[in-house]
Amino acid sequence: MAYAKHGSADSMARGLGWFSIALGLAELAMPRTLTRSLGMQGRERLMSAYGLREVATGIGILSARDPTPWVWGRVAGDALDLGTLATALDGGNPRRDNVGFAFAAVLGVTALDVICATALGMGQRRRGPVRDYSDRRGMPRPPAQMRGAARDLDVPEDMRTPAPLRPYTSAA
Amino acid sequence: MRALCWHGKQDIRCDTVPDPKIEDPRDAIVRVTSCAICGSDLHLYDGFIPGMKSGDIIGHEFMGEVVEVGSGNRKLKVGDRVVVPFTICCGECEQCRRGYYSVCERSNRNRSLADKAFGHSPAGLFGYTHLTGGYPGGQAEYVRVPYADVAPVKVPDGMTDEQVLFLGDILPTGWQAAVQCDIQPTDTVAIWGAGPVGQFAIRSAILLGAKQVIAIDRVPERLDMARAGGAITINFAKESVLERLKDLTDGKGPEKCIDAVGMEAHATSTLDAMYDRAKQAVMAETDRPHVLREMMYVCRPAGTLSVPGVYAGLDDKIPMGAFMNKGLTMRTGQTHVNRWTDDLLRRIQEGQIDPSFVITHTVGLEDGPAMYKTFRDKQDGCVKVVLKP
Ligand SMILES: NC(=O)c1ccc[n+]([C@@H]2O[C@H](COP(=O)([O-])OP(=O)(O)OC[C@H]3O[C@@H](n4cnc5c(N)ncnc54)[C@H](O)[C@@H]3O)[C@@H](O)[C@H]2O)c1
Ligand SMILES: [Zn+2]
Ligand SMILES: [Zn+2]
Repeated sequence: MAYAKHGSADSMARGLGWFSIALGLAELAMPRTLTRSLGMQGRERLMSAYGLREVATGIGILSARDPTPWVWGRVAGDALDLGTLATALDGGNPRRDNVGFAFAAVLGVTALDVICATALGMGQRRRGPVRDYSDRRGMPRPPAQMRGAARDLDVPEDMRTPAPLRPYTSAA
Repeated sequence: MRALCWHGKQDIRCDTVPDPKIEDPRDAIVRVTSCAICGSDLHLYDGFIPGMKSGDIIGHEFMGEVVEVGSGNRKLKVGDRVVVPFTICCGECEQCRRGYYSVCERSNRNRSLADKAFGHSPAGLFGYTHLTGGYPGGQAEYVRVPYADVAPVKVPDGMTDEQVLFLGDILPTGWQAAVQCDIQPTDTVAIWGAGPVGQFAIRSAILLGAKQVIAIDRVPERLDMARAGGAITINFAKESVLERLKDLTDGKGPEKCIDAVGMEAHATSTLDAMYDRAKQAVMAETDRPHVLREMMYVCRPAGTLSVPGVYAGLDDKIPMGAFMNKGLTMRTGQTHVNRWTDDLLRRIQEGQIDPSFVITHTVGLEDGPAMYKTFRDKQDGCVKVVLKP
């Protein structure tokens, strides 16, 4: 797997990938404990679904040559988490403090995700000076003058469009 | 001798290995003067093609001087300069006689393996997995060329290595990709991938008289080079490929589409691309067929898809509905190199095309391993690497 491409942003992405997997596995393994501690009993299935999402994102980050879209995927997941936690922040929830704590933690991770995804994107854009290949024509004259120069080629029968289809494959 | 050997994913080394020997009367030994790294080698480098063993000598684009000839070889003599096509062919089997050299029925000495994987075995290839014969490759000082009385192309005096080296693979590959589109003067030809194969496909489509050639990639230098060859360009990281192609064809779609990308297609944050990444990671899918999907969707009904891009195994979420209902035709395959070499050699001699324009880096064999990475990551404006053993 190629992480060396953009150095530190990549190792950060890898860290986030493992974090995703660990969090996801926890959500999958003990949905009941987690929902209870957040006062969100009855939403165990949602917790498991979020766990699956975390694991998938983690695998994506760790296995993709370019983890950037996956890290943005984490950002989207963070938003979802925050939205869900917000619904449990109301005054009637006896575990409100825990929810507030979780909310703050996710906010912190979201910041990391955004920083990482942005850094990865920048690493991609700068790959040293762009070389100028505008003179690498490969043909003796400008393309407009070379157009059709090889029409003398007898296209082999097996590579031709079948005759009945020909009228439909030309733009005329 | 020294040779580039595959030792695992992203692990290529310049090793010292035993010199090759004549094994069959039809063989020849070639001292390599120039060889090149191909996009197909990157699929090995990235570990996407099964059937490699640690220590395999890689490389299938090479040329050089004949230094030894088997007793039964009447075509070559010591001292001849030859370009060696990457597809090994016997010249006698039914497929060879029909001109389908890349599916020669005899040159793959591990046919039973390939029969299992593909139903029927394709030809043997140099430096390209045990599925296709496990023949030691050409990124080396010397190579044994099996059936050397058939495919090797003799180089006329006065031509440089750089002018003719690509006759062994990427020039005929780009050419066949365009020829099998059966280009009409009214056609728009859209070409995905502006790597070396795409670059030759662009020039071939122009020479064969396409009205409009459109190249799609995201690497600025490659897009530059594509424009130099006469293409209109689309940067898929910045623009919508489907919308631009529609605009450029008055909503009709290109009549002919060429996939010069293959199974390692990138896509910026489209859903299908993430899906492929995830499936590839858990080994439930081997290829990333993003380009195939895009072509099937955008191609004008009754049009042709030409696929020189290499695929290895199973591809998921292919829009067969679009392909079938639009009545598209797909032509693909490893290139039947020898079908085109005489004609292309003449075109080079006449100056219609000078293939050396794609070369951006020339280094010694010992720098090969590092250049794999440079080429793969498109660093330093790298488009085509030539190695001098
Ligand atoms: N059929 C044959 O006989 C044959 C011979 C030689 C090479 N090939 C194959 O042709 C393909 C291209 O070879 P190459 O040497 O030019 O390789 P390359 O890797 O240099 O070029 C591939 C290009 O495709 C671009 N690309 C990636 N994703 C894309 C997308 N979604 N849309 C548009 N462009 C995209 C990349 O940026 C790159 O420039 C490879 O699959 C190679 O194995 C086939
Ligand atoms: Zn090749
Ligand atoms: Zn044969």
